[in-house]
Amino acid sequence: MPVVTFAPQLQRHVPCPPQQVSAGTLDAVLRAAFLAAPMLERYVLDEQGAVRKHVAVFVNNEMIAKRDDLSQPLADGDAVWVIQALSGG
Amino acid sequence: MATLLLATRKGVFVVARAAAGQWAVVEHHFQGDAVTRVVADGRDGAWYVALRHGHYGVKLQKSLDRGARWTEIPAPAFPKKPDQGPWANDETPWTVDQVWALAPGAAHEPGVLWAGCMPAAVFRSADSGASWQLCERFWLDERRKAWMGGGNDHPGMHSVCVDPHDSRQVTVAISCGGVWRTRDAGASWALIGNGFDAPYLPPEVARDPNTQDVHCISICAAQPDVIWAQHHFGVYRSVDGGINFTRRSAPMPGDFGFVIVADPINALRAWVVPAVSDANRYAIDGAMCVCRTDDGGKSWQQLRSGLPQRHAYHLVYRHGLALAPTTRSERVLAMASTTGGVWISEDAGDHWQTLDAALPPVAAVGWAA
Repeated sequence: MPVVTFAPQLQRHVPCPPQQVSAGTLDAVLRAAFLAAPMLERYVLDEQGAVRKHVAVFVNNEMIAKRDDLSQPLADGDAVWVIQALSGG
Repeated sequence: MATLLLATRKGVFVVARAAAGQWAVVEHHFQGDAVTRVVADGRDGAWYVALRHGHYGVKLQKSLDRGARWTEIPAPAFPKKPDQGPWANDETPWTVDQVWALAPGAAHEPGVLWAGCMPAAVFRSADSGASWQLCERFWLDERRKAWMGGGNDHPGMHSVCVDPHDSRQVTVAISCGGVWRTRDAGASWALIGNGFDAPYLPPEVARDPNTQDVHCISICAAQPDVIWAQHHFGVYRSVDGGINFTRRSAPMPGDFGFVIVADPINALRAWVVPAVSDANRYAIDGAMCVCRTDDGGKSWQQLRSGLPQRHAYHLVYRHGLALAPTTRSERVLAMASTTGGVWISEDAGDHWQTLDAALPPVAAVGWAA
């Protein structure tokens, strides 16, 4: 099963330990992981369903190329990392 | 005495009065997080905080016990952007980037809240923020395609004024999208705000109400037909509920500023905080000054006592000056700047005292009873 891990900085706002969820598209995997906390989805995705501009999502060691395309299929053992893109002051 | 709430780049600071003239920071909430508004609802005492996380977007937090405990509540959010039809290619993103205005409804409608956002849109809650409804006819008005963002990437709604006598009537202002009003609690909206002049625009469109950069509006609670406006160029006043505005005399040379505060009872009185110009956004001559009119904007008094008068390059944003709630003649003002300066006046601005703190940039000040 894919494992979704959230950045410690995000866990400061919403409790979200690593989630092991069923395989599927990246979108489905993320949405399953968001069930860990009711407000979690909006921290990672905007209301149009795209990854927020200053959030980065990695599948294994590769950052996804398009914020609004989460259709890639994931397999058992894949690792998803949700981290903050570095920005701000 | 009321409690002062400061929305800053690094959290909410609570400032309390220990004794006459003695104000001090007593609490710090949401440490390190960018806060765009903090509002205390005088009807039930709830505190609302609008956050703008650099990474994680706009959030709202609410406290029913003056900050002892906070609960995240839903933030206003746009519906799914259509992929067909006239809005499919809308250049404005359908994502809320900032809650710039938060206003409780009238006393007789507990639970009603209004939120003005960037991109410019207005949302209404009927359940104390548990859910938000976009005012769709406002958002889907084609005229917004002519708006500009001012100093921001997109136009934003910064001012939401609920008529205290008729809570279905709400007047809003947008930079740069003029002044609009609903008379049916948000179902329909009319562009009002005639009389403004924007000399930086091509002459033939300089007086178009739809594209005016109205920096801030403030309504006189006792006489809500009186609405004051700090425009990108000049101070204006309306005596017909915002339909028409008349330019008033310049408080200071340059006639530039962001905030304006109407007196809640005296319809002839208002306060502004002048800055040099749109190209030079700091206190004139590096000397902080609040200007007050007591004659409807015919003349202005410069109030400087207690304010820094040398090397003080402060700027006060649209929500950086606010009157404490009062039903008496007492007028307590708080002012805060983008360089973290905070000043309080207990006599309508005649004299100021400096808060002993070096705070982060202040976006907005609010008062709790």
